[in-house]
Amino acid sequence: MADLTTNCAGIISPNPFWLASAPPANSGDQVKRAFDAGWGGAVWKTLGQPIQNVSSRFGATGYRGTAAIGFNNIELITDRPLETNFREIAEVKKQYPNHAVIVSLMVETKDEWQDIIKRSIDTGADGLELNFGCPHGMCERGMGSAVGQEPTVNERITSWAKEYSSIPVLVKLTPNVGDILPHGHAAKRGGADGVSLINTIKSIIGVDIDRFVPNPRVSGASTNGGYCGAAVKPIALHMTGQLARDPSFGLPISGIGGVTNWRDAVEFMLLGATSVQVCTEVMLRGYRIVEDMIEGLNEYLDDKGFASVSEIVGKAIPAYSEWGNLDLNYETVARIDGDSCIGCYKCVVACQDGAHQCIFPANDGTRVPRIDEDECVGCNLCQIVCPVPDCISMVELDNGYAPATWNDHLNDGATLRPKKGAH
Amino acid sequence: MPIAAAERSEAVFQDFKHPYGPGQAAAEANRCLYCEDAPCITACPTSIDIPEFIRKIATGNVKGAARTIFESNILGMSCARVCPVETLCVGDCVYNEMDAPPIQIGKLQRFATDAAYEAGWSFFEAGADTGRSVGLVGCGPASLAAAHELRRFGHAVTIYEKRDVLGGLNSTGVAPYKMKAARAEDEVAWILSIGGIDVQTGVEVGDDLSLEDLESRHDAVFFGAGLGADRFLAVPGEDLEGVHGAVEWIEAMKLGAIDISGVRSAAVIGGGNTALDAVRELIGLGVPQVTMVYRGDEDGMSGYAHEWSEAKREGARAAWRAQPVGFESENGRVARVRCAVLDDAKKPVPGEQILLSAGLVLLAIGQGKLGDLVAELDGVEVQWGRVVTDENGATGRPGWFAGGDAANGGKEVVNAAAEGKRAANAIHTYLEGQG
Repeated sequence: MADLTTNCAGIISPNPFWLASAPPANSGDQVKRAFDAGWGGAVWKTLGQPIQNVSSRFGATGYRGTAAIGFNNIELITDRPLETNFREIAEVKKQYPNHAVIVSLMVETKDEWQDIIKRSIDTGADGLELNFGCPHGMCERGMGSAVGQEPTVNERITSWAKEYSSIPVLVKLTPNVGDILPHGHAAKRGGADGVSLINTIKSIIGVDIDRFVPNPRVSGASTNGGYCGAAVKPIALHMTGQLARDPSFGLPISGIGGVTNWRDAVEFMLLGATSVQVCTEVMLRGYRIVEDMIEGLNEYLDDKGFASVSEIVGKAIPAYSEWGNLDLNYETVARIDGDSCIGCYKCVVACQDGAHQCIFPANDGTRVPRIDEDECVGCNLCQIVCPVPDCISMVELDNGYAPATWNDHLNDGATLRPKKGAH
Repeated sequence: MPIAAAERSEAVFQDFKHPYGPGQAAAEANRCLYCEDAPCITACPTSIDIPEFIRKIATGNVKGAARTIFESNILGMSCARVCPVETLCVGDCVYNEMDAPPIQIGKLQRFATDAAYEAGWSFFEAGADTGRSVGLVGCGPASLAAAHELRRFGHAVTIYEKRDVLGGLNSTGVAPYKMKAARAEDEVAWILSIGGIDVQTGVEVGDDLSLEDLESRHDAVFFGAGLGADRFLAVPGEDLEGVHGAVEWIEAMKLGAIDISGVRSAAVIGGGNTALDAVRELIGLGVPQVTMVYRGDEDGMSGYAHEWSEAKREGARAAWRAQPVGFESENGRVARVRCAVLDDAKKPVPGEQILLSAGLVLLAIGQGKLGDLVAELDGVEVQWGRVVTDENGATGRPGWFAGGDAANGGKEVVNAAAEGKRAANAIHTYLEGQG
């Protein structure tokens, strides 16, 4: 079995799976049960001046019967007394000395930061996470994403935290920005030991079409909330990769956003995350999902011949390139395995209506569609809509053209193959 | 006259396929792949756009789903219950090709059509009066489908029905664990609600109303009289008390109250779907031992395999290669069936007979054909009792059309619905051609 021990910005945990700062890490009882289930760390639900929450708080968007491919909330930071939280954190840390407990914090003034950081460190916690990301409620009060969206404020408060903290400090970044890089660098300039991202995305999860009120509904109104869950993973992967591939950045990253299983976790790590944080999937399915996460990651690492989980961190970064560096002469076409094809023609309609009109109904008495490879641009849409695993494969063609990127073409006049499907 | 629904013998039956609630319907609908040029549509004799109505259920547009179904098949509610979907749409679902459970199309169709009935949605209006008139013989599924379509075109419609019960076999013959008579009567009322369909009951064409009068009253005629009485074997003892034609017995069980509390064993003669229905109905009514007596082997039955496997699961027995040669009595009623044993050529094996205990015998060896009713008309061709038509239901006599069991010899309700609708379109074209 590979070594899953994780060191993210000096925070050590037995595996890279942490609960994100959110309802699943709201209390000592919960975090203990999570650790018993196998979670390696927990970022405690954000502490600050306890707030009062609304009812209701969560909303979800489904797709074709899935209950929640995307999720959002308008819940704020902890509503429990700080003394209670600190007492429970200390208890957990005492009982689980080898697990990572990170305290998420959000306050306003420098004095408040000094006080809350001191009290956090006194619990024996392993690290701090500065919540500069919450995009609802708290930002209206000048905290959360209001901080994360202003690099100078981000840097200043990070530097305060570093001034007072003797334990590692992670800065949790908001995705509600045009470009994540300046915000990561602001945290770095402030002295952060690492960053965690993404926090939730500003969103309206849906609208009650009978009442004409957005969801989640609070009496006769609602407000924008924070979007998360499986649907946000692509956004989070992009931002993680953006920071990880920037050679001038270099801080450890705790990846967050749509991690539902070990595969998602591996993807985050391949794009540069050292640990991953999970909230929504735990809210939907419980702490028990970590069993498969640990086992699946272990099997994957063994299968690929990695001795330690740290070896995969950033492994896909060299292949995360710019469009102009992609080989325009690389050619794939779709091929259908007639034996496993069930004849649903989903690929036919997808190609005809949504792509490049190169897949046609069968004309040989079967229902195995025909592909005109001279017109197929290799877009993948048919493979995406096909309900049968491995029925449609994208096959590489050797067209005789040497690799050539757009940049090669612009700069060196490299020869590009003739376009397909462009008439 | 039928008795109150709750007092009918069929009232003891529960639905064999349970109806979906909204959550189940949505979950199943979301499984549908929404195929292009879907095989399920091709498999449906009425060509319902199945992926489309299922998608509408999935999005909560149940009214639209019902509209899609009824637009193709006005008998969509009964077909949802009685169609042998296993051999039609569900049997051709592409999920079968990947060893995944096929979409439960019948249950989804029932969900949408029941919702329409419950809410009282109506989708169709009669067309502007054309001044043309069509007479339809028989008030079963074929005539009802034709009549409804003809009203949409604006033609005046009169249905002549010899019984006092409307709906044909949907009311008198469908296995009660699929649909009870009262539900079929609901459907008739729902179809008739388009308005302008004059139904004259107690009129037997050829007897109460001559063919000449029928033809002179109307600009076109649709013959949808269905099938005739049960056939008998002409063997000794057939007139004993306790020996019935299966169709006649099923009707009595569905519309009336029958007493079979003393029957310990029963035999059903035949291997078709009426025989299978009768077997399952007898079991459902509590007869401890029910035996199907069939001339051939299990493979040779004309009844659906899925129905026979259910019958077996429910405890049915079978006597294969058995041909009744006489019914024997005890205390004045039937007590045993004596059967010859048949060889591969279906010839009796000399000296080999079996004796089955049977306090009730149902003969399900077919029904008489009614084509001879119209055989005298010049141009109308009748073969083996079936009225011969082209693919649109036209006979060789101008203005005379036919469909349903009278023309196809006895198929499913959905075939009758398809043929009735097709014939209505052909009648409309014919009437337009008459200037």
